[in-house]
Amino acid sequence: MRRIISVLLENEPGALSRVVGLFSQRNYNIETLTVAPTEDETLSRLTVTTTGSDKVIEQITKQLNKLIEVVKLVDLTEGSHIERELMLVKLKATGSQRAEIKRTVDIFRGQIVDVTSSVYTVQLAGDSDKLDGFIQAVGTSGVLEVVRTGVSGIARGEKVLSL
Amino acid sequence: MELLSGADMLIRSLQDEGIEYIYGYPGGAALHIYDALFRQDKVKHILVRHEQAAVHMADGYARATGKPGTVLVTSGPGATNTITGIATAFMDSIPMVVLCGQVASTLIGEDAFQETDMIGVSRPVVKHNLSVRHPEEIPEVIRKAYYIASTGRPGPVVVDIPKDMTTPNERYEYVFPKKIKLRSYNPAIRGHAGQIKKAVDMLLAAKRPIIYAGGGVILGKASGQLTELVRMLGHPITNTLMGIGCYPASDKQHLGWLGMHGTYESNMAMHHSDLILCVGARFDDRVTNATEKFCPGARIVHIDIDPASISKTIDADVPIVGPVDAVLKEMITLVKESKEKPDADALASWWRQIEEWRAFHGMRYETSPDVIKPQEVIETLCRLTKGEAFVTSDVGQHQMFAAQYYKFDKPNRWINSGGLGTMGFGLPAAMGVKLTHPDDEVLCITGEGSIQMNIQELSTCNQYNLPVKIINLNNQALGMVKQWQDMNYESRHSQSYMESLPDFIKLAEAYGHVGVRIDRKEDLETKLKEVLAMKDKLVFVDIYVDRFEHVYPMQVARGSMKDMWLSKTERV
Ligand SMILES: Cc1ncc(C[n+]2csc(CCOP(=O)(O)OP(=O)(O)O)c2C)c(N)n1
Ligand SMILES: [Mg+2]
Repeated sequence: MRRIISVLLENEPGALSRVVGLFSQRNYNIETLTVAPTEDETLSRLTVTTTGSDKVIEQITKQLNKLIEVVKLVDLTEGSHIERELMLVKLKATGSQRAEIKRTVDIFRGQIVDVTSSVYTVQLAGDSDKLDGFIQAVGTSGVLEVVRTGVSGIARGEKVLSL
Repeated sequence: MELLSGADMLIRSLQDEGIEYIYGYPGGAALHIYDALFRQDKVKHILVRHEQAAVHMADGYARATGKPGTVLVTSGPGATNTITGIATAFMDSIPMVVLCGQVASTLIGEDAFQETDMIGVSRPVVKHNLSVRHPEEIPEVIRKAYYIASTGRPGPVVVDIPKDMTTPNERYEYVFPKKIKLRSYNPAIRGHAGQIKKAVDMLLAAKRPIIYAGGGVILGKASGQLTELVRMLGHPITNTLMGIGCYPASDKQHLGWLGMHGTYESNMAMHHSDLILCVGARFDDRVTNATEKFCPGARIVHIDIDPASISKTIDADVPIVGPVDAVLKEMITLVKESKEKPDADALASWWRQIEEWRAFHGMRYETSPDVIKPQEVIETLCRLTKGEAFVTSDVGQHQMFAAQYYKFDKPNRWINSGGLGTMGFGLPAAMGVKLTHPDDEVLCITGEGSIQMNIQELSTCNQYNLPVKIINLNNQALGMVKQWQDMNYESRHSQSYMESLPDFIKLAEAYGHVGVRIDRKEDLETKLKEVLAMKDKLVFVDIYVDRFEHVYPMQVARGSMKDMWLSKTERV
């Protein structure tokens, strides 16, 4: 099953490589990984999406917790949560394609953020399925370049992951 | 206010941490530190002949004393030479701090002379690693390193120290922190009361219980509590290779150790049990055999300080995260207070069954009128040293024979590389023990393959007068490899034969020690007595043993706990 694990990590050099190293060392999957500092400059927030059986996920969370620099973590998929990923995509856009792409971007609530005579650059945010859906809708043949940030997530409601 | 250079701060922090010995080897990046070491006499430095040996020495010291070991090496090759030792300590959760010199911070990343990314190289085999970024940080970094290494589930910690952090003429205020607190690291200090209660109820109700104890009992200094609880319950107990000595081997409730080369009775009792109380062990693959066939009728209570060890390979019915001593203490109190008593009838019939198993195999082996059997060497040594020696071993058949036939009644006396299985561990580990236990007998039981992996340390033994006894069970082969080739590869002995062995007697003499060869069975006991009488000499005893012997029992690959070879021809 796909899981989103959100981690508060000491904002120190080398901390991230420990997390990444753990995944390869113990043969766990990483699908996406995002990391950035938080409002508290001593902490980074890291989100990793992974897949595995319940037993594997339990080991992943335990092994992550064992890393000295991991302060706290939560498996967001255990409760209701919001997940978002940002995608920038360059699409071939000439002639009649231009209007068609514009319509699709609107349907997906994206924005065209850069334009040339033959290319649109589109920005789109949403969960990973939505981003996949957009690529499918415009058709891979017109896609020149895709860049995705990986998933960030947060729990719904009052629950917070903090010190 | 006291102003010290980084190098002096480092040594001063070690003093304030109460460190007695450093094992190490100097080099460019560590020279400021070595100079600071020279200008004091509280911390003693032992100069090894290879950095790997420094780590095993620190490791032997830690295993025998329960205190963290300390290593000091230079950058690059000095640091990378420690890796096998660090991995060995990591697999067996041994507390240790490895201080590594590093090129100056201004040169890091430039492929400078003797630059290796030691933080990166060591990462998968350490509990944690730290680098010094400012000389003023040194006392705190050192304090943190020992704190992390020795608390919770212990393990090795590497500290990387760029050369410019130790520059002699740059001085800073020295403050040794009293206490260390890390917001992201809080090992459990007691187990969950409800879970402990549940476990005790299960223990008292069990009909075929067994206690399965591991190295965690020794690391957690909980042998006393374990022994008290086991005696109170009247249950059988087995332990892992790493747990040897956590419960007296001579006690009748003790079934010997379990697993691949464990006793018939402990493997049988595990397989047929209805309740396993696992204390500080980790259901390693050398214990469980095929996990899907593991102990089908048993419910499992698992006590461990490391939550990640629980339900990793075998699911626990009752997990208890906490220090083993504290948890066992609470269990003892609950058993005492409980109105329930162990089911005496059920236990009596369980014990009858176990005694039958015990009688069936009984660690028998075939003797011969003229060839020396490795097992009888160990039995003789055990008798002559009254089972009281510290015994280190290398890896192979000799290790298994030592563990099977030397009977340990006390913890911290059986010292071997169980998790990583590192050949070359035995001699330096024995040196680390002897240094702090000069009046105790220290035996290194080894093979002619393993001993050659760190034989250069005979020189260190000479320099520091470390009169250990090296018992070389010389079967003229990489015996354990050969045994597997006999059993699984139709005796094709690919590269398992040690041709052109050195003359170990002359070799020992060349290093300033005594060498004794034993090749006749009738000499075994008298010569071993003579060897043990040479109290102040390192004696290298080269014993020619049966070249064809195998270690039994041996679990059948991919079978259950109860599937074993009991000799070359008997399979159950
Ligand atoms: C450093 C290292 N290399 C290889 C091995 C694999 N290995 C395990 S036992 C063994 C043979 C050991 O031979 P010896 O020391 O003579 O002991 P014996 O089995 O003959 O008693 C080998 C090569 C190992 N455990 N460690
Ligand atoms: Mg051998």
